[in-house]
Amino acid sequence: MPTAKLQILRSSQAKAPAKRKRITSERFLPPLILVPTLAAIITFVYVFILITIWVSLSRWGTLRIDWRPRDPLFEAYAQMFAMPRWHADLRNVLVFTILFLSVSIGFGLLLALLLDRRLLGFTIFRNIFLFPYALSFIVTGIAWRWIFNPETGINLLFDGLGINKWLVSIGAAPFRPGWTTDPSVLFSVNNALGHVFPAVRNLSVQLGIPIALIPVVVAASWQLTGFAMSMYIAGLATVPNELREAARIDGATEFQVYTKVVLPLLRPVTVSTAIILGHVSLKIFDLIFAMTGVGPGFATDVPGIFVFDMTFKATRYNLGAAASIVMLLLVAMVIVPYLWRNLRKD
Amino acid sequence: MQISYANFRQSLPRTIWDWLILIFLLLCVLFFLMPIYVMVVTGLKQAQNVSLSTMWQLPLHLSGGGFYEAWRRLYPNMGNSLQLTIPATVLSSIFGAINGYIFAKWKFRGANTLFAVLVFGMFIPYQSILIPLIQFLEQIKLYGTIGGLILVHVVYGLPICSLIFRNFFANIPDELIEAARLDGAGVVRIFLLVMLPLALPAFVVVGIFQFTNIWNDFLFGVTILPNPSAQPVTVALNNLSGSFSVDWNVVMAGAVIVALPTALIYILLGRFFVRGLLAGSVKG
Amino acid sequence: MRFCSPVIALASLFALMQAPLTSQAAGEKKLEVFSWWTSGGEAAALNALFDTYKNQYPGVEIINATVAGGGGSAARPVLQTRLAGGNPPDTWQSHPGWELLGQYVEPGYCEPITELYTSNGWDKAFPKDLVGLMTKDGKTYAVLAGVHRGNDLWFNKKLLEKNGITVGDKLSMDEFFADCDKLKAAGIPALGVGDSGIWASAQLFENTLLGVVGGQGWTDLFAGKMKWDDPKVKEAMKDFAKMQEYLNPDHSALSWDQAIGALIEGKVAFSSMGDWADGEFIKANKKENVDFGWVSHPGTDGSFIIVADGFTLAKGAPHKDAAIAWLKSIGSKEAQEAFNPLKGSIPARTDVDKSKFDAYHQWSMKSFASATLVPSCVHGEAAPAAFQQALNDAVTAFIVDKNVDNFANALVQAAKESESNK
Repeated sequence: MPTAKLQILRSSQAKAPAKRKRITSERFLPPLILVPTLAAIITFVYVFILITIWVSLSRWGTLRIDWRPRDPLFEAYAQMFAMPRWHADLRNVLVFTILFLSVSIGFGLLLALLLDRRLLGFTIFRNIFLFPYALSFIVTGIAWRWIFNPETGINLLFDGLGINKWLVSIGAAPFRPGWTTDPSVLFSVNNALGHVFPAVRNLSVQLGIPIALIPVVVAASWQLTGFAMSMYIAGLATVPNELREAARIDGATEFQVYTKVVLPLLRPVTVSTAIILGHVSLKIFDLIFAMTGVGPGFATDVPGIFVFDMTFKATRYNLGAAASIVMLLLVAMVIVPYLWRNLRKD
Repeated sequence: MQISYANFRQSLPRTIWDWLILIFLLLCVLFFLMPIYVMVVTGLKQAQNVSLSTMWQLPLHLSGGGFYEAWRRLYPNMGNSLQLTIPATVLSSIFGAINGYIFAKWKFRGANTLFAVLVFGMFIPYQSILIPLIQFLEQIKLYGTIGGLILVHVVYGLPICSLIFRNFFANIPDELIEAARLDGAGVVRIFLLVMLPLALPAFVVVGIFQFTNIWNDFLFGVTILPNPSAQPVTVALNNLSGSFSVDWNVVMAGAVIVALPTALIYILLGRFFVRGLLAGSVKG
Repeated sequence: MRFCSPVIALASLFALMQAPLTSQAAGEKKLEVFSWWTSGGEAAALNALFDTYKNQYPGVEIINATVAGGGGSAARPVLQTRLAGGNPPDTWQSHPGWELLGQYVEPGYCEPITELYTSNGWDKAFPKDLVGLMTKDGKTYAVLAGVHRGNDLWFNKKLLEKNGITVGDKLSMDEFFADCDKLKAAGIPALGVGDSGIWASAQLFENTLLGVVGGQGWTDLFAGKMKWDDPKVKEAMKDFAKMQEYLNPDHSALSWDQAIGALIEGKVAFSSMGDWADGEFIKANKKENVDFGWVSHPGTDGSFIIVADGFTLAKGAPHKDAAIAWLKSIGSKEAQEAFNPLKGSIPARTDVDKSKFDAYHQWSMKSFASATLVPSCVHGEAAPAAFQQALNDAVTAFIVDKNVDNFANALVQAAKESESNK
């Protein structure tokens, strides 16, 4: 919208002949200024991606560089999609992304709404919730690994706080989660899906929520909830107070003010946050690397770790490149529609 | 932010809901500080007292624990990280501001497509371009230099920085630009005289973003700079653990030390960060 | 055009920073050593090598390029990208066997150093089998600083005594399982594993496999003469599956050293791990043969899985003379005697003073001198890295599904693929 206004003003300007020199500079300078940036991005992103695609089709399967094309050309991709580990990776990264996005966005929104009441210690709370975002995944992964240790960690905490004693006293089973070591999969849908797509029954992995992935979701959400919260706090501040007042005058309850007025206005914030968090989660590597590794039966393995293992441990450079191209496609599937929609709107 | 008595009065919890909210927030604080507690407490212990089964207990003796050793081994690399992070942050902010300004205010044909091409770069998985990257740096003779690492961080920071600045500048009214144009200012002078002075909040957000990202980077640091005396502190942190043996107290203490600069920035500038997000990047 | 100034500033900044950190001015004496010994005893041992070198060849500045994580985390990507990028360190750490010969020598990253062996009498000082693991087409490519033994079974002596178990000089698989049953009945997880890095479980399998197929079978297996779905291999897989019943339940959340920690604390009784574990006992002030003891992994008495650390000479090494002197220094008695007590390994030379070593290492030296020496697969010596990775992956899957046929087929397939990739 602002651009349109600018265009009108600009065309009225263009009529003044004395300013022709400046007009040319205004036409050619802006693209010219962008040349260094675009040159750098084209090299560092697009040319490198092309090289990686080439590697994925090449015979470079040991430390010896070999650029010759492989026969059959797509052998690396075929090998990869035949690996049960890769199936588990795709399942994990999708499940992780969904859980992680819902938890951190939901929890972030909740915290933002609660802090929006500006109660005592509002600033301190906000900074405490935000600051895990400042730490690196490598650092926090180690601490979380200890916390979720099934023998000690939070279980000691539950025992220490008497929670388990209390549970036993009321006749319930003690709560002793051994999540990180549990290879089982919750809510497996293989059977149900098998009715529709019989091929699903032959899959080597259970489609569902791997239990071992839950601690990773907790740790990642711990780290990025503060970011989501900040986005929402920023978003909430743009909601004019008059709007809320008007709703109240119209007889809306406090709850309705939020559900009917505020939340719809926050939709764009949610989309931005989801995109930023989504690409973090599709690329996730450091946190899982430091926290659980591939996990029991690949329950926490993700494509980022697969790429690393295949490229640098197994020195199968073509296979690693193929996996990273698939990762890139996954990311692109999320990002490209967003960019497309966003830029057409402008 | 001014603290007045009236403000303070307003912030006191009044209803039972307010109290419940406060209690809930305090529980959240406990949860958020849990990993930090583990790191600090383990870091303060002596190597032989570190054990998973006593991980929640406070250290028996008051001593520096692993902190001395961790600091001794990390501080030379702290300097490297600063030397690397500060110029890279400044440069990527400057380039981000220039690009964002052009993309927001001087749209030419195809500018939006170019912008998409640029922003997409933010999403590539870095492991996948590592090998061509090293070979390229090798060819332009920047491999193994801090300059090379700065270049890499600046280039891969361009998309996000340009994005934030573009969104920020888009919210600045075009009338300001028009007024400056009527005064005879061109593309460059409008940027320097009109836009830059207004852009402080965006610089804060981008600065915090980039500082954190670059400070916490491990992958590029370890692959582009082979010389350990030049490597950033995250690599030195990783080196605190050996290939077979690990002194957990030193590792945890080191983790706390490495996290301090960025944590401090968030605690001190958190307010500006949220405000800057407000001004700049929140956009659907 | 004022907007240009940042560009110019950037350009000049890069120009300033171009002074490369890795290369040197002509005439200066330097040596870049790449390793993953960054911490504790390992770092001390590496420093002992440096000190010996400085004594023997004063005036050379050593660039100690260490990156933690030899098990494959950070060090290997760095080394591999440097080699592929044509910017090698003068010398780097490598295991003998396939890692050295297949990964580094075959693509042409190493210079032979056969001459050092003949001119220094090393062909007699080092065991022949061991030198064979570093030799291709009659040329030798590395010097070993020390040797770890991979197939050790450690135990908490007091805990075993309390449960009426004594361990003799050797242990058969049946005796071992009998002990495990006793401990299980007493409610104690018999076997401590910390496989958050899956190699620890792969190592348990490797040791068990050796116990079943024996030294000759091992050689046949990796030479392709025995298949990975051979009944004997499957028997080892079944034993390995049975061991899973006696494991500490939190094994996949622990690192290997935390598992040894659990053994020290008396939470588990046994742990199958290479002798770098010895350092954990020493760190915890535990006494040999009082608090803890060791024996060959069940069935592997008479075999010795080598996990050795050597150094190479890079082709196109920037400081070739200094690097050759470095390798010569590592092969010397002084260096081997200084390095190994700190590293917790035994010298690769067989003519050193044994009195400097503790009871465990004297035991290991005796075994080294008499046992069949076999290369480790888990540590990259017996098979290509691609196979090593496939073994890790197959073990990860097997621990959960315990399907022997899947396990065997995965390895057959991996052996086929790594053959075609060579």
